[in-house]
Amino acid sequence: MAGGHVHALYRHGESALHGLLPQTKIAAAFLFVFAVVATPREAFWAFGSYAFILIGLAAYAGLGIKFVATRMIVEIPFVIASLAFPFIAGGDKVTVLGIQLSQSGLWDMWNVLAKATLGLLTSIVLAGTTEIPNMLKGLDALRVPRVITAIMGFMIRYLDVVLGEFRRMRVAMRSRGHDPKWLGHARPYAASAGAIFVRSYERGERVYLAMASRGYAGHMPRSTIEPAPATQWLGVLAVPMFAWLIVALAWWSL
Amino acid sequence: MHIPDGFINGATSAGFGVAAAGGVGAALRQTGKYLSERQVPLAGLVAAFVFAAQMVNFPVVSGMSGHLLGGVLAAVLVGPWAGFVVVAVVLLVQGIFFADGGLSALGLNIVNLGFIGAVGGYAIYRALLRALPKNQRGVIVSAGIAAGIAVPLAALGFVIQYAIGGTVDISMGTVLTAMLGTHVLIGIGEGIITAFVIAAVVRSRPDLVYGAPQYTGVRTEVLS
Repeated sequence: MAGGHVHALYRHGESALHGLLPQTKIAAAFLFVFAVVATPREAFWAFGSYAFILIGLAAYAGLGIKFVATRMIVEIPFVIASLAFPFIAGGDKVTVLGIQLSQSGLWDMWNVLAKATLGLLTSIVLAGTTEIPNMLKGLDALRVPRVITAIMGFMIRYLDVVLGEFRRMRVAMRSRGHDPKWLGHARPYAASAGAIFVRSYERGERVYLAMASRGYAGHMPRSTIEPAPATQWLGVLAVPMFAWLIVALAWWSL
Repeated sequence: MHIPDGFINGATSAGFGVAAAGGVGAALRQTGKYLSERQVPLAGLVAAFVFAAQMVNFPVVSGMSGHLLGGVLAAVLVGPWAGFVVVAVVLLVQGIFFADGGLSALGLNIVNLGFIGAVGGYAIYRALLRALPKNQRGVIVSAGIAAGIAVPLAALGFVIQYAIGGTVDISMGTVLTAMLGTHVLIGIGEGIITAFVIAAVVRSRPDLVYGAPQYTGVRTEVLS
């Protein structure tokens, strides 16, 4: 699995995309992804346009090919799974290189891979240009319950700590000759996970006590939510609106 | 592996998105009675724990490895509704920051892994605990079996979503067999790991385990 370095998800930059208020970017990303999902599979030009927009944005923000490619690794298991569609789907068969493949299965594979990849690219551009605290502020501005964003904040803050404990525990077990081969050998791993849960829980209590001693009374000080001006909303939402226009055109031209 | 974009059509994804938001809202009202100020950092650390546990692979058979989903684990450790909130937060972070699971599929994933996996799984756990002795062994065995059942049940959730709005031309029978077949196996691993983790916690700090009779915190429901 990919490492858990949350700070590696954001790519520092000075582009206008980095500087936009987070709530507009988050809303635009969700609307854009839904437009991608709603596009008819036959409209190759539409998917081409989406890819052009996303790659353009990624390039403009200076995300870099290596950064984007590394982040796309999460898709690999899914790509492998969807390669099976042409073999197991029903309907008319076509012969490709002497192999019988389902025609609709090939369409399905294309449809799912194109949409999943474009959705993934959207997330990468969003996370790559939005710093974590800003993303949480953006979610606040979009009226996500504060308890949720507060829990998200604590989770992200302590993720590297908890993952580090898992890694250290592993190294300690390995250096004592632990070499798990099958599920029955997983008990030491699970026991260490249990120990890490107890530690995480106690750390949670400690964090609370430390915060209480600094005057925490149940609510984080309201981070000032900067309302996005209407012009910025319009400018940013123009991107998903354009995508929805493509969707309408694609359905109309079918 | 979470559902990506494009597998389930937009209308169904949006519908489940609304359902998931409503579910999280209801869970927050449920937990609001006891998910007090004290519990916010705690829930965050439990979410970090679940996320980390999902990232660490354990061996299945030589060369192959799996990882925990953690729905029942979270529910037994911190309670069904808080567990649901924790799993939903994990999925939100995975979707928004890690691009793991599609943004449009967030609702689908939250319903399957959070609602069915944690809340449904906890209901199974409670039903089992009623039949088994209420000691450490009973807690461990119930948690393991409930986790083992919850995984194929969550896969069934996906199959239902696929039946409503699947975009792939594969027969329901094939999807059902493939999903259940693989997830029964995954469930066995999940059950064993969950039981081991619960065993480790319940032996050292039974007072921290929400679902254990020795729990010392405030419960939102009565353990019968």
